[in-house]
Formats: sequence, structure tokens, C-alpha cells
Amino acid sequence: MELNILTLCYLIASVTFILGLKMLSNPASARKGNLVAAAGMTIAIIGTIFLYESDGQKLHNYGWIFGGLLIGGIVGTLAAKKVKMTAMPEMVSLFNGMGGACAALISAAEFYHIYKLHQDSPGTPFSDIVSVGTYVTIAAGAIIGTISYTGSIIAWGKLNGRVKDFSFKGQHIVNMIVLVLVIIAAVWVYRSNIGDMYIPFLLIGFFALIYGILFVLPIGGADMPVVISLLNSFTGVAAACGGFLYDNKAMLTGGILVGAAGTLLTILMCKAMNRSLTNVLIGSFGAGNKAAGAVAGKSSQGNYKEISLADAAMLMAYANKVMVVPGYGLAVAQAQHTCHELEKILEEKGVEFKYAIHPVAGRMPGHMNVLLAEADVPYEKLLEMEQANDEFKTCDVVLVLGANDVVNPAAKNDPASPIYGMPILEVEQAKTVIVNKRSMKPGYAGIENDLFFQPKTSMLFGDAKKVLQDLCAEVKAV
Amino acid sequence: MESILNWISDNQQIIYIVILMIFVGIEVIGRVPSVLHTPLMSGANAIHGVVIIGAIIVMGKAEADNYLALVLGFLAVILGTLNVVGGFVVTDRMLEMFKKKKPPSPKGV
Repeated sequence: MELNILTLCYLIASVTFILGLKMLSNPASARKGNLVAAAGMTIAIIGTIFLYESDGQKLHNYGWIFGGLLIGGIVGTLAAKKVKMTAMPEMVSLFNGMGGACAALISAAEFYHIYKLHQDSPGTPFSDIVSVGTYVTIAAGAIIGTISYTGSIIAWGKLNGRVKDFSFKGQHIVNMIVLVLVIIAAVWVYRSNIGDMYIPFLLIGFFALIYGILFVLPIGGADMPVVISLLNSFTGVAAACGGFLYDNKAMLTGGILVGAAGTLLTILMCKAMNRSLTNVLIGSFGAGNKAAGAVAGKSSQGNYKEISLADAAMLMAYANKVMVVPGYGLAVAQAQHTCHELEKILEEKGVEFKYAIHPVAGRMPGHMNVLLAEADVPYEKLLEMEQANDEFKTCDVVLVLGANDVVNPAAKNDPASPIYGMPILEVEQAKTVIVNKRSMKPGYAGIENDLFFQPKTSMLFGDAKKVLQDLCAEVKAV
Repeated sequence: MESILNWISDNQQIIYIVILMIFVGIEVIGRVPSVLHTPLMSGANAIHGVVIIGAIIVMGKAEADNYLALVLGFLAVILGTLNVVGGFVVTDRMLEMFKKKKPPSPKGV
């Protein structure tokens, strides 16, 4: 009876995961979808704790289980509540890493369990005890989970600036070698006797740790969202391995669902940047190009002109239509509220005010939407790329706030540019372009932006928030 | 060869689930607007936290004198809970901001 109820719990959980994901992909139902999935998860967890039986035995160690749940729950809630909107991507990466580590630990524990059971006969070949299929799942859970763990930690470090891009010649070959070593160690375990298999098992973990680090290190910081999404689907697969191990359908469906959806999401993200996944992973965007781009940029550097705050305010106050292109600069400066204020002031003066959102502006797809929504900017004012590109022609002033690569005309004109082919916001179609940046330093892709040197463009240097505050004051005074 | 075939037929149920779930996963988010990429990724991140179930099972099965298993299981439970709870809360916070609001300015309509 109890086991049947548990089966029902898992069934409900699986359905809520599918429903939740479905609802999450529609703006109107997204929030409810998240709650639906969370409810399903709660049912599955509670069901497991109280109803799970293996070989007719209930689970024990309730103190440990609830202790762990309590610690994880409190720390997780606090971290998730405290994190700033700008640091969300890092947080997701960190949580993803935790999931990966959890999957790896489960595999390790299961492995140790097998070892314990057969400790007394150390001469037995491991392959006599465990079938290939089961072993592959244990090993895959350990390997994928570990890679996801270290990879996510590195991605987290890159996003918050603790880890710098790092690559060396022949890195891809080294990566391949490490991956082969992981597989060799895995095969070695299976061919060992029970008594001496833990050394190769530790080697699996060790090489997988290294691989996770090497895999993410050379990829440019701007591509981290794609990498996080990919690691996210990795963790999904690792969770599914656990589901296979325990013949647990909720883990299996949840894991595979995320594995598949995550992979598709990764591809969609790449598409938004008009790049292929291989291109991102091989890292042609990496440090090597950064240097080359900077050098090439120097030679073409012309003169840029600066605009004073008063002039900029004047231009905008007398414009019919102003569009803002927000970027990472807006996010770091936490300037979304001030930006909304400027919007209100200008609208009182009869200026049409809109936002042009590049799908990959900021550090994550949708990053800008989240930020602006936080500042209560209504939906209708946020234009997606195609729409925005149609409207730039009728626009008097475009204010670029800390965005760079997403408005770089090199993506259209210069086949040699590393971002060539990425769809951009064609701001140069507007009558005037005002670019707010902190300095003339190149953006995340590390390449110069010709836009800044065009006659239409004027630069307005300074921190986005400070500049916007001053602009608000100036516009009010006009 | 035969062992592989046996393994497939022994586990055919699971293999069916895996294959069908792959299609469901792709189908379900196939038409997500780019606005929702980040929250969707975060939501999916929380869902794979279902790995916590495995952690609970490991923890609950460990014998009281098997310290290594206890420690491994305990760590796994903490990490898994972090993933689940943190994941759902962060997603909710992101989505809270997408709440439909009445446009404040009369010009908007």
C-alpha cells in the first residue's frame, strides 16, 4: 500500500515537472509553472523520506536527513533571496554545480556500498558482481556530475570576475587527453578485482574534476550563459543516471527532461547569437582572438566626440522618439530604476520612449528583461530585436547604456571580426546615437566598436546610474 | 553482444521512458521566447535537483557505523537541497518581476 502511494507520488512529480517546464516557457504562466514544479518536488521528497522501502526496509538516519534538508534549505533560501539581480546568472551556475556534486556523491556512495558488500572476497572481479549497464550508469553519474560541478564553479568564478579567461596552445588536445584518461580509468575499474578498484575509481573522479575545469577555462566570459545552460543539461543527465540506478521514475523523468530541454535551450541561446555550439565550445571567441581584436582595433581607431550632459538632455527632451539600448553596463551600475525614471520624465514631455532589447545583452539571455521588469518598466515598451531594428529609422535619439558588442556594426560588415554574423541592433539607422560607457575600453568580446567613431555618434562617459541621474535632472530643467 | 541485448530487454521500460522524455523535453520548450531563456534555465536547474531523492535514499540506507557512507550521504543531501530550494526560489524571484502590471501611463494604451 505505502509503496503504491510512493509510486503515485513519483507519478505526480513527473507530471508536474513536464507541466512546470511547459508553463515556464510562456510569460503569462511562467511563475505558476515554477510553483507547480516545486510542489511536485516537495511531494516527491516527502514521499521518499516516509514511504521509501528497499528490500522491505524503511529508511533510517532521519536525524541526518532532516539535518541536511534543514541546512541546505536555509542556506539555499538565504542565498537565493539575498543575491542581487545582476548576480543571478552566477547563482544559477552555483546551484547547478551543487546538483552536479550531489549526483557525483550518490554515485560514489553507491560504489562504496558495492565495495562494502563484497569486502570479504577482494579477489572477485568487479565485472562478476555488477552488469555493464549498471556500471556504466554509476560511472556516468560520477563523471558527468563531477564535470558539471567543477565546470559550474569555474563558470561562477568567471561571471563574478574571480577567474580570468585562460587558454594555452594545444589546450583542446590536452582536454581530449584528459577525457580519454577518464574513460581509461573507468574501464580499469571494471576490469579490477573488488579489493583494488578504489584507486582507479578515485582517478575517475580526479580526471573528471580536471576536465570540468579545463573544459570551461578557455571559453570567453561572454559565452558563460551558454556554458551554464549546457552544464545544466549535464546535471540533468547525471540525475537521470541516479534514477536508473534506483529504478526511480521521478529522477529519471526529471533528469532526462532537463537534459533534453537544457540541450535545446543551449542551442536556442547559440542561435540568438548566430553561432554554433561547437564554435562556442572550441572557444574561437577566447583569449587569443581578444588580443588579435584589440591590436586590429587600434589601427582603425579614429576620433570620437564627447557630448555634454546638457546637450544630451536637450537632444532627448526635444526628440519625438527616444530608444534605449541597455547592456551589461546598466546591470552593473544597477541603473534600471533611474532609467525608468528618465523614461517617465521624458514621457511627461511627450517623448515616445522605448527599449530595444538584444536577446543576449547583458550576461544572460533575457537578463535585460528581468532587470527592467524589476524597475516596473511595462512589457509593451520592450522591443525585441527585429521590431527594434524596424523602429530605429523613425527614432531621433538612441541612448546606448553600457552595451557594446550587441551594437557593433563589425558583426555585419567585417567578416574578419570574431563576432561576424551575430545579429545586432542597427542603431546607426537612427538620427543620433549617444553612447554611455565608462571608458573607451572594448566590450566583453574584446573588440573595438566602429560605431563609437561614426559622425552620428557621441560619447557620454561615466557610470550609467550617475549619468542617468544627471540626465534626469537636466531634462527636468529643460 | 548478447549481454547488451539482454540488458536492453531487461531495461526496456526505462529505455522507452528515456526516449519519450527526450522528445517531451524538446517539444515542451520548443517555442520559448528569448525573454524567458534565463528563468527557464533556472527553473530547469531546480527540476534536476530531483537528484535529492537519490541523496535521501543513500543517506537513509547507510548503516549507522558506516561513517564514509553517512558523510557522503549527508553532503549529498545538503548539496541537493541547495540545488532544489535555491533553484526554485531564484526562479520565483526572477519571475516575480514579470508580473503583468497595468501600464501606468495613459499613453501606453
